[in-house]
Amino acid sequence: MTSKRTMFDKIWDSHVVYQESGKPSLLYIDLHLIHEVTSPQAFEGLRLAGRSIRRPDLTVATVDHNIPTTDRSLPIADPISRQQIETLRENCQNHKITLYDLDSRNQGIVHVIGPELGLTLPGKTIVCGDSHTSTHGAFGALAFGIGTSEVEHVMATQCLPQAKPKTMEIHFKGKLPYGVTAKDVVLHLINQIGTAGATGYVVEYTGEAIRNMSMEERMTICNMSIEAGARAGMIAPDETTFSYLRGRKHAPKGEAWEKAVAAWKELVTDEGATYDARVEIDVTEIAPQVTWGTSPGMGADITQSVPDPASFASSTEQKAAELALQYMGLTAGTPMSEIAIDRVFIGSCTNSRIEDLRAAAEVVAGYQVAATVQAMVVPGSQQVKEQAEEEGLHQIFLDAGFEWREAGCSMCLGMNPDIIQPGERCASTSNRNFEGRQGRGGRTHLVSPVMAAAAAIKGHFVDIRDWKFNRKEKKHGIPS
Amino acid sequence: MESLRKHKGIVAPLDRAHVDTDAIIPKQFLKRIERSGFGQFLFYEWRFDEAGQPNPAFVLNQPAYKGTSILLARENFGCGSSREHAPWSLTDFGFRVIIAPSFADIFYNNCFQNGLLPLVLSEEQVQELFERTAQHEGYQLTVDVENLVIRDDFGLEYSFELDPYRQHCLVNGLDFIGLTLQHEDKIAAYEKTKLVSY
Ligand code: SF4
Repeated sequence: MTSKRTMFDKIWDSHVVYQESGKPSLLYIDLHLIHEVTSPQAFEGLRLAGRSIRRPDLTVATVDHNIPTTDRSLPIADPISRQQIETLRENCQNHKITLYDLDSRNQGIVHVIGPELGLTLPGKTIVCGDSHTSTHGAFGALAFGIGTSEVEHVMATQCLPQAKPKTMEIHFKGKLPYGVTAKDVVLHLINQIGTAGATGYVVEYTGEAIRNMSMEERMTICNMSIEAGARAGMIAPDETTFSYLRGRKHAPKGEAWEKAVAAWKELVTDEGATYDARVEIDVTEIAPQVTWGTSPGMGADITQSVPDPASFASSTEQKAAELALQYMGLTAGTPMSEIAIDRVFIGSCTNSRIEDLRAAAEVVAGYQVAATVQAMVVPGSQQVKEQAEEEGLHQIFLDAGFEWREAGCSMCLGMNPDIIQPGERCASTSNRNFEGRQGRGGRTHLVSPVMAAAAAIKGHFVDIRDWKFNRKEKKHGIPS
Repeated sequence: MESLRKHKGIVAPLDRAHVDTDAIIPKQFLKRIERSGFGQFLFYEWRFDEAGQPNPAFVLNQPAYKGTSILLARENFGCGSSREHAPWSLTDFGFRVIIAPSFADIFYNNCFQNGLLPLVLSEEQVQELFERTAQHEGYQLTVDVENLVIRDDFGLEYSFELDPYRQHCLVNGLDFIGLTLQHEDKIAAYEKTKLVSY
């Protein structure tokens, strides 16, 4: 082992339980997050094999994917969704696993509540049966999504056999220009390196732009690592990380906190350590982004137009672009700002945290949602919702004509009743614009919360850099 | 897990790049709590129209590919969500092998948990196979996992690479959890000496 190690190397090394040459390492898992959709078959597998859960104390559950975001006191109308939730309840009860259920103040999207509750901590290995587990890497944790068989594996052994991935540094230099958010940075990145650009790698994001970001912004970046193909995304912990975590429910307290912070400071990549690959992006050149296709890499600056499929280099990409334009009902050459929308969704584990809602509310304040648009805000967790209501953000949204919902994944994947109709076009702050993602035939454009908010008001995409804010005093708005 | 040593089957060409797991199995079918029965929903929105009728243009609805067990596709197959329902729906439909120039990570892992082989060939080789499926009706390939080669009935032979440990597990149909549990003493020792708990 060389003496210079990356943050990833350090976390990896300290979690290897067993290593035999030519085989994957057996890695210890510090935190296993579970939810209703990818866990039932794992519990069933355990039962059939007569195995038990090794560490229920390191396992935490919530419901988020298929739950309704309307009145929680009503029974869930869809019997299959209900059964999936009831199955999780039973399983958690039988195996003594903490469950943040529908009626809990701590319920929310699994990747929002982990950090919020201080379960997500630097240096931890974290897994969940969900690809956006990469979000937790924003704290300097090694966090990645797994399939249901692996969920069962972690339940039974608290370990996972893993081949060591390669490392990639993605360095963001410069300061973010006005109107450009973390979402634009990550969409731009995926556009540049492609949706398979980081396949096989664990990415560490570095640079001035990252250091200047809040935890919410860092989570947005790490969240979409998977859309670039990465196994995980990570950001070194610093004072921003520590001040976010201090005092949170499960974060260490008192002396333990001091000890933990000292240990976390040691996690950062040693000077002179090398990565297997490196990418550098100048953030000063980034403009607000809007996707036009059916893959998160198919995006453009708001000032650009829908591209001509013939402009792509390979025949595979040309064909992909053609199919995408056909599905999206778009014509090459149409300016992005002329694309009219029917729906707006502000939510998802990418952009449903308090800062996202604050920034969107500032855009919306004093305006009305366009008559042709149906818009909704779905906070990422009950805690986010509560805080937003304390700050009066809900009233700004409601006054403007947005719907204000209970926490969950909602229209990010439309497993619950929140879906868009065939042919409808949606400006969405979520992370995937795949065919049918938000509902069969639905057309998704990925954007930042401020871009989504502005589109809701105007009925089409607009350049947020030209926005006229009604509120004089801008506390939380877009970076200036 | 079912073992996979040698397999011969009809190749179905799905000429698309970035086939995501939402396309493989749409979310409305993720609500089941069983592992089986997902094959009927495979590629649902491409296979069926809005009224639920088979779309005759879609490859898997064409009579020539009835009984297919090898899927041929373009780069970055299986991108998107971690849902293992994707490999479950592929195996339940009857697929044992998927050939593409590249796969998304989580999907790739999930395949091996289910005795499904994601087989990587170069873009040129994949292109050649697409052409051969177009030329020969009912085109078949034999995939030999023990020797890491594929062959057709017309003299084509390509070797492919596979991590030796994955190959070993696939050929022998090993139970991964059982393998890890053999190291129970080491896990317990780790928990005693190294586990950081706050
Ligand atoms: S919000 Fe969307 S991407 Fe995030 S966990 Fe839920 S369904 Fe997955």
